[in-house]
Amino acid sequence: MTEEKKKIRSLDDLRKIKEKTGDLTSARSEVDKVKVIIGMGTCGIAAGAREIMNAVLKELEVRNLHNVAVETTGCIGMCQNEPLLDVIRPGEPRITYCAVTPPDVSRIVSEHIVNGRIVQDKLYGRAD
Amino acid sequence: MALYRAHVLICHGTGCASGGAPKVLDAFKEELAKKGLEKEILVIATGCHGMCEFGPIVVVYPEGTFYSQVKPSDVAEIVEEHLYKGRIVTRLLYKEPLSAQKVCHYKDIPFYGKQHRIVLSNCGYINPDNIDEYISRDGYQALGKCLVEMTPAAVIDEMKKSGLRGRGGGGFPTGMKWGFCAASPGDKKYVICNADEGDPGAFMDRSILEGDPHAVIEGMMIGGYAMGADEGYIYCRAEYPLAINRLQTAIKNATEYGLLGEDILGTGFNFTLHIKEGAGAFVCGEETALMASIEGQRGMPRARPPFPAVKGLWGKPTNINNVETWANVPRIIVQGAECFAAMGTEKSKGTKVFALTGKVKNTGLVEVPMGTSTSPVFLTFPVSAKTLVPLDFSVPIAAKHSAPWTIILGTFAHVSTLLIFVGLPQSPLTAGKGGRARGMPLCPSMEAISAVSSPQTKAPAPSLM
Repeated sequence: MTEEKKKIRSLDDLRKIKEKTGDLTSARSEVDKVKVIIGMGTCGIAAGAREIMNAVLKELEVRNLHNVAVETTGCIGMCQNEPLLDVIRPGEPRITYCAVTPPDVSRIVSEHIVNGRIVQDKLYGRAD
Repeated sequence: MALYRAHVLICHGTGCASGGAPKVLDAFKEELAKKGLEKEILVIATGCHGMCEFGPIVVVYPEGTFYSQVKPSDVAEIVEEHLYKGRIVTRLLYKEPLSAQKVCHYKDIPFYGKQHRIVLSNCGYINPDNIDEYISRDGYQALGKCLVEMTPAAVIDEMKKSGLRGRGGGGFPTGMKWGFCAASPGDKKYVICNADEGDPGAFMDRSILEGDPHAVIEGMMIGGYAMGADEGYIYCRAEYPLAINRLQTAIKNATEYGLLGEDILGTGFNFTLHIKEGAGAFVCGEETALMASIEGQRGMPRARPPFPAVKGLWGKPTNINNVETWANVPRIIVQGAECFAAMGTEKSKGTKVFALTGKVKNTGLVEVPMGTSTSPVFLTFPVSAKTLVPLDFSVPIAAKHSAPWTIILGTFAHVSTLLIFVGLPQSPLTAGKGGRARGMPLCPSMEAISAVSSPQTKAPAPSLM
């Protein structure tokens, strides 16, 4: 995981390393994070929630987004509409998307997580 | 850099490690590999979380779920239920001893809610063996600020303004002590970290070294810059193998980055650091005996003056501070002396780490602001009102009281003594070194504070005021 160690020769070098390593511990911080919650009950898994999870992680990595916490949750009782994916932006209501497919994921990430616009055609509703 | 959706932090302080944490870590790696989750879930060993009674501790982020007393056989369930399916394993959650309620999140545990963790802010949060994690949490920024933006005199001034007092038990103002050493003539000077933590029941310093070794190193370098020293020694007792191991890794990594060595951050400042393992003599925690031991002499205290600031290691001006004191230094520089001075009492600033051991509900580490009454520390969260809490205090106060002495306080009220360095008129105790609550039975209605001889009291202590 550690690359060839480059010497830190100035304060600027140190700051650059800090920027690069900031995400190392960011998953442990709860400040100002967007939460993505994926339904991982048996129903969710059967409907393909694992693929959705993989797609979410890949999309976040590609876009270099480190302020997003990806959580999993159990069955919430709407098994027919799985895979379910919820997005909570800081200070905004919990939005539930239903019957999510891997191609939908990049739209949800770019539209909702990054730009704050809800993807209407996949919307199930507000969970609260 | 790969993105991990969840981080599993497994406490690898000495307490949890002896409770089987390494096996828990192995089990996690094995189970995650079985499920193909090893690329999305990061497992790391951290320093002490402070809740040693309930170890091994496992904290799962991003949720911050706090599992206690985790056995290797529990791991498959945590992986399957929590990490794969998102269902928290309720039976392993921490149970609050007083209310008997299960608490899910780290931040909701009263034990932590009442604390103010500054020195311990990285302990249990970062991987102490990964310098990048320390840097990601403002690590070495204080050193950079000092080297680039501040003169040595300004650094000493900042320490004086902060009101930091030595955390080794003597409580001497750190900035003033640094000033003495800086003013002492000489080309060669040394800084020393006293990690010969010998008081019974005390493990504050061990936990800091194990959980956040770079903070101590950074503090020593700042001290070296302020006082004109280019070499430092960490005198650590050999009974702390894990602390020594983490320090060695930390020094190696810092050297690889060029943060230790020559021309640090391109400023022309040089600093090298050595570890000296103590062979287990209690008296070597006293500064003059400690220096004799580093020199290879018999560890015997000598009379002062001359003080180490004038004639210390190998006859050169030397400054010795304790682990916790050094660990406070980078925080003071980064956050500012005012921020530090805003905590604590008029004459005792900042926070203090206490080790709770013996017959208490939560043995472990707490960090509270100076001046916190012992009642909340010992009663509200670690013990029930009826539990007996004998306390170990090391009491180096002023020169006239420098001999070890024992006090037994007969009533509960007295135990609400404020934890400060400068003694109150009616109760002239200092907080001592911070080792607390060694379980020795006494009559149930009594509380005792027994002063034990501390390394600092073996030689005449300098007058405090």
